[in-house]
Amino acid sequence: MRKRSPYLMVFACIVALLFILSSCAEKPDNDLSDQVEKLSKENAELKDRIQALEKENAELKAQIDELKAKVEVKEYQVGFVYVSPIGDAGWSYAHDQGRLAVEAMDGVTTSYVEAVPEGPDSERVMLNMARKGYDVIFATSFGYMDPMLKVAKQFPEVVFEHCSGFKMAPNMGNYFGRMYQARYLSGMVAGAMTRSNILGYVAAFPIPEVIRGINAFTIGAQEVNPKVQVRVVWTKTWYDPATEKEAAKSLLDVGADVIAQHQDSPGPQEAAQEKGVYSVGYNSDMSAFAPKAHLTAPVWNWGPLYKQIVEQVRKGTWKSEAIWYGMKEGTVDLAPFGPMVPDSVRQKVLAKKQELLAGGTDVFVGPVKDQQGAVRIPAGKTASDQEMLGMKYFVQGVVGTLE
Amino acid sequence: MRTSGRETKPPAVFFVDAAREAKEVSTALRHKSIMVRQFARQIFGTFWMIRIRIHKRQEPLGWGSFLVFTAALAFSLVICGLLLAVQGKPAAGGLLLLFKSAFFSSWAIEDCLIKSVPIFLCSLGVAIAFRLQVWNIGAEGQYALGAVGATWIALLAPGLPAAVLLPLMLLAASVAGGLWGLIPALLKVRMRANEIIVTLMLNYIAILILDYLVYGPWKDPTSFGFPMTREFSTGAVVGMIAGTRLNWGILICVAAGLASWIFLRFTRLGFELQTGGENPRAARYAGLSYSRLVMLVMVLSGMLAGWAGFLEASANLNRLQPSIVVGYGYTAIVVAWLARLNPLYIGIASYLLAGLRVGLETLQLDLQVPAAFGQIMEGLILLTVLAGGFFTRYRLEIRRYG
Repeated sequence: MRKRSPYLMVFACIVALLFILSSCAEKPDNDLSDQVEKLSKENAELKDRIQALEKENAELKAQIDELKAKVEVKEYQVGFVYVSPIGDAGWSYAHDQGRLAVEAMDGVTTSYVEAVPEGPDSERVMLNMARKGYDVIFATSFGYMDPMLKVAKQFPEVVFEHCSGFKMAPNMGNYFGRMYQARYLSGMVAGAMTRSNILGYVAAFPIPEVIRGINAFTIGAQEVNPKVQVRVVWTKTWYDPATEKEAAKSLLDVGADVIAQHQDSPGPQEAAQEKGVYSVGYNSDMSAFAPKAHLTAPVWNWGPLYKQIVEQVRKGTWKSEAIWYGMKEGTVDLAPFGPMVPDSVRQKVLAKKQELLAGGTDVFVGPVKDQQGAVRIPAGKTASDQEMLGMKYFVQGVVGTLE
Repeated sequence: MRTSGRETKPPAVFFVDAAREAKEVSTALRHKSIMVRQFARQIFGTFWMIRIRIHKRQEPLGWGSFLVFTAALAFSLVICGLLLAVQGKPAAGGLLLLFKSAFFSSWAIEDCLIKSVPIFLCSLGVAIAFRLQVWNIGAEGQYALGAVGATWIALLAPGLPAAVLLPLMLLAASVAGGLWGLIPALLKVRMRANEIIVTLMLNYIAILILDYLVYGPWKDPTSFGFPMTREFSTGAVVGMIAGTRLNWGILICVAAGLASWIFLRFTRLGFELQTGGENPRAARYAGLSYSRLVMLVMVLSGMLAGWAGFLEASANLNRLQPSIVVGYGYTAIVVAWLARLNPLYIGIASYLLAGLRVGLETLQLDLQVPAAFGQIMEGLILLTVLAGGFFTRYRLEIRRYG
């Protein structure tokens, strides 16, 4: 075979040459068909390329979509630190209701740690949230302020929000609510409902926040009942059902027939119900604990504020600021009235609420006198935020000391 | 009556007395064993014939006790896993998360060490008193008062440099804590007051003193009425070890641990504590002053707890506030028992307990289990491990008939 092949090759070449020569000589217009062939080949090639490019395009599109989806679904993680167990009525419960509103937002997940002591433990809890990549951290007790400031300095890219404090940093703001507005309205209800003209107030700690609440409550009560007096007992607790119930009983013993409170337990509500008198709750609607006694309650509604802050962080418009929202912004409100509150009272209170919502007026409008009768806020003036935040006196009509 | 001279009884008499006492104890134990047997028979006898006898082990269990410890731990963890599963949380994943965040994450060691410092010091103090079988339940109050003592100096002379101020604060904490330990000791030896009651009651008094000070005379005028002292000056803050979140207080722990180990192991006084605790009468015969020992251990106990208070106030809070009191004094009692009163084991046990608490926080954060679950878990683990200790000291003999 091998030996024969050169001859075959030569023969084949000659045949091929003859063919070529003959075709050249005989068909000169074969050029055109050649061109057609060439073009169609080119065309096919281009079609192939188009197909390839289209495929690539589709792949890129898919990639873009994937990335886009990732950008949109950047889950914002929001952490909450509570000072007490969530429980079912108190301060932390109210904050947790706010957290649930944030949780309901798209692309946001929340988590919390409850019953965190206000010391090194809280620092570690916040540190752990920041380390785990939480985007926003809310700390909901005054004692978390210094630990939060320490952690905020270490994690400048995390947004920190502290409730009820005053220290700030470029990435740490604070927020609180004008609870005194709702307290004032609840005072109006209590003042209208009392027969003995003695209201009992189970107070937590002698700090401006609590004092402000007592004063607002008293001013509200005096608005509808000038003869009313508010008796104050300090428990120096935030959550101690037994102590707070006992304190309420001591107020009942001196003739109080409406009991208001500043702590997180429903103890005082129960004491009022057992005695058959009225009560005003706090933090959240406490009517479940004392349905026959519960007139209403000044309540926290943190949801809108929390959602607003998280939304700002997401849009990149968040700034470190001191927020003090009131009734107008929906941060504080009045719980639904109990069935025993007559329509006339409801109407009066709701009318006042409308005024507060409109924003034209406020609670601490002069003349406001203290227990000794000295004018603290002159007639025609409204207390500034600074004056209210540092309030350290009782208004006239309050019976009790600041110790 | 005081027994002061060492020569009141010759050693031979001491041994005879000791032997007699040992005999009495063994007879009592045998009685107990018979009673337990009868009880067991009553319970099980109706079902099948079984006899459980409880014997005190003649020799220590050695490696077996490690096995018992591990088994107890495993048992409690299984229950914890079940509790997680009941709540609809991943059981195995949850436990893994707990261990990872407590012991194997990069920050775990730091976090756990910081948290274990006060537990360790309180526990060490408590253990020294327990060695003499003086039941000091008052570490909580001694801790609080130690913090008060240190704060007093910090507020009194904030301008002093750290080299002067910190030793002074340590000294004040020792005096305050030691004094709070000495009161029940004196009441015990002079008036035979029960130290359990006295130390417990003194806890409340100490905490109320602390409260009074931070609500009243020491309150920071700029704190918006919140109960806390002014922030300490930089000289009053125990420094950080560079590059970590740890403070130099950890050195105090190491030193205190070593010192008490040497003291209990190698000094005559340390030996006396052991004998005095196991048999006060024998010790008295041997001429040891029991009263003096009681006072010594209570002062030492109080001092160590006081140091914990000092470190917590100075290094971690940088001020005094009521939330400094979070129950370390009571935790210390459990830790001391868990560690069989041995300083080295106390170190390990405090670290493990601190780790457990740190891990439970992460469990709360990541799995959203309630805080109460953490407490349940901690109690469960401590209970089973302590109960497991029973098997290291006693053995059960089960016989079956029929």
